[in-house]
Amino acid sequence: MTTFDTAVHLVYLAAATCFVLGLHLMNSPGTALRGNRLSAAGMAAAVLATGAVLVRDHGITAWAVAALTAGAAAGAVAGLVTARRVPMTAMPQLVSLFNAVGGGAAALIALGDAVQRSQEAGTPGLQTTITTVLDVLIGGVTLSGSLVASGKLAGLVPGRPVTVPGGRWATVLLALATAGLAGLYLTGRTGALGLSGIGLAALAAGILLTLPIGGADMPVVISLLNACTGTAVAMAGFVLDSSPLIIAGALVGAAGAILTKLMADAMNRSIGAIIAGGYGTGDSAGPAAAVGGGAPVRAITAEDAALQLAYAHKVVIVPGYGLAAAQAQHEAVALARALTERGVQVSYGIHPVAGRMPGHMNVLLAEADAPYEQLKDIDEINPEFPGTDVALVVGANDVTNPAARRPGNPVSGMPILDVDRARTVIVIKRSLGHGYAGIDNELYTRPGTAMLFADAKKGLAQLLAGVREYAA
Amino acid sequence: MSPLLMADITVFLLSLLVGFEVISKVPATLHTPLMSGANAIHGVVIVGVMLLAATATTVTGYVLVLIGAAFAAMNVTGGYVVTERMLAMFRPRREEKRREEKP
Repeated sequence: MTTFDTAVHLVYLAAATCFVLGLHLMNSPGTALRGNRLSAAGMAAAVLATGAVLVRDHGITAWAVAALTAGAAAGAVAGLVTARRVPMTAMPQLVSLFNAVGGGAAALIALGDAVQRSQEAGTPGLQTTITTVLDVLIGGVTLSGSLVASGKLAGLVPGRPVTVPGGRWATVLLALATAGLAGLYLTGRTGALGLSGIGLAALAAGILLTLPIGGADMPVVISLLNACTGTAVAMAGFVLDSSPLIIAGALVGAAGAILTKLMADAMNRSIGAIIAGGYGTGDSAGPAAAVGGGAPVRAITAEDAALQLAYAHKVVIVPGYGLAAAQAQHEAVALARALTERGVQVSYGIHPVAGRMPGHMNVLLAEADAPYEQLKDIDEINPEFPGTDVALVVGANDVTNPAARRPGNPVSGMPILDVDRARTVIVIKRSLGHGYAGIDNELYTRPGTAMLFADAKKGLAQLLAGVREYAA
Repeated sequence: MSPLLMADITVFLLSLLVGFEVISKVPATLHTPLMSGANAIHGVVIVGVMLLAATATTVTGYVLVLIGAAFAAMNVTGGYVVTERMLAMFRPRREEKRREEKP
């Protein structure tokens, strides 16, 4: 090993270290940004080191240099422009698109390597051919599957589960064809041509596998395909005998698998059920908890609720009977104080009959030392909800029920707090039980509402602990 | 089995184990950025395309390098920029944004 080789290996090792640490830092919001930058620095180092290797080896032809630079420039510009321009709401489908091209690149490496080997004497060993087949197969499936997933989220492909007539049989046939071609390739009876056949079969399989899955499950599917791309990249690493590809690929493959599991758990779905497909209508529904009408309710963990609060610009706390009953006013004020210290604008929206006694809530909050200017009555707070990031409803029920705006139910005509006009609503409540009026609250089944099922005192304490964790 | 392959398999297995361990309990709000961050990391495939370019000598090979380079570069640049954009919302805010509102 020359000094140069040693240096390159050390740079690759440093890059791999950056990937691992970067991914680990992305586990928590306070360090996530640093993690991504660390991983990007590792990536830049790996690319530069590889460039140095190419320059030093002199083996590369002028045409290859032209193809490499032209392709990389075009891809980099396309990636930068789309990444910068696409609105935040379209992020998941964009990630899926980038995942698709990553899988495609991994498959092309195996194909290109096979084309090159066919020019040379000697037969490649099994360790090369097996990984080549796996790379083309996995890369092909992720390329087309990720494109379909991206299309479903973007609305270019129907979001509902699309069942292809005879799709199951077609998938079986494709699998058999792939197995046959793989057998021929491994025994040296076919070369790059048979490999291209495997690639085409994989592309078709990717489409057939993704189409029957509903749009609501797409984020989990994208995460799964992301893990697959990682595996394909690792296979490409075996084909080329390149340690950074093997390390980063395996890392993303395994971490992606864990993340997929976490995402499926958060949605109350099993990965198996998702892959089987046929679920949902294309609009997202979280885990369903039965309300009177059986409409789905989205539950949220305290950590996630705390995260949303900690990074909001404007939060309105809506205290109700549940807060008074649990004597949780001190916790509420402590949470508000922690948020204010972070630079979040906090106010309390107080309904005239909150706590079932006029003025009850103001007294309780004042006793807990809530700053007077943060206490706002119904007429003062209602115009503010449309500009509010998070409305945190603590044990208030009927006074937030949008049904009051319609005639014909027990709360009709009652002045309500317009919490449903805030960007997101988090409701701390022990259960989906009824309020004083004895009717279901439509607020709980809105898509922008998440329920934190907890006693007011305990729930607020958990949120406070969560917010303090994010103090950067 | 060559010593080289043994080394590769060792590295592969250990990296898998690290990958399983590196993701712990993540708040759901971070799921998408984390997925995007992992997606950017497999953009290391660009290194593979560069190594492939070093051996390419046929027209077919050049075409594959061209497409592969475009794909991989899009993955790696787009992946990091998108992750950066998503994570920008978790920037600690020091300044207080208090809009003056009429009572």
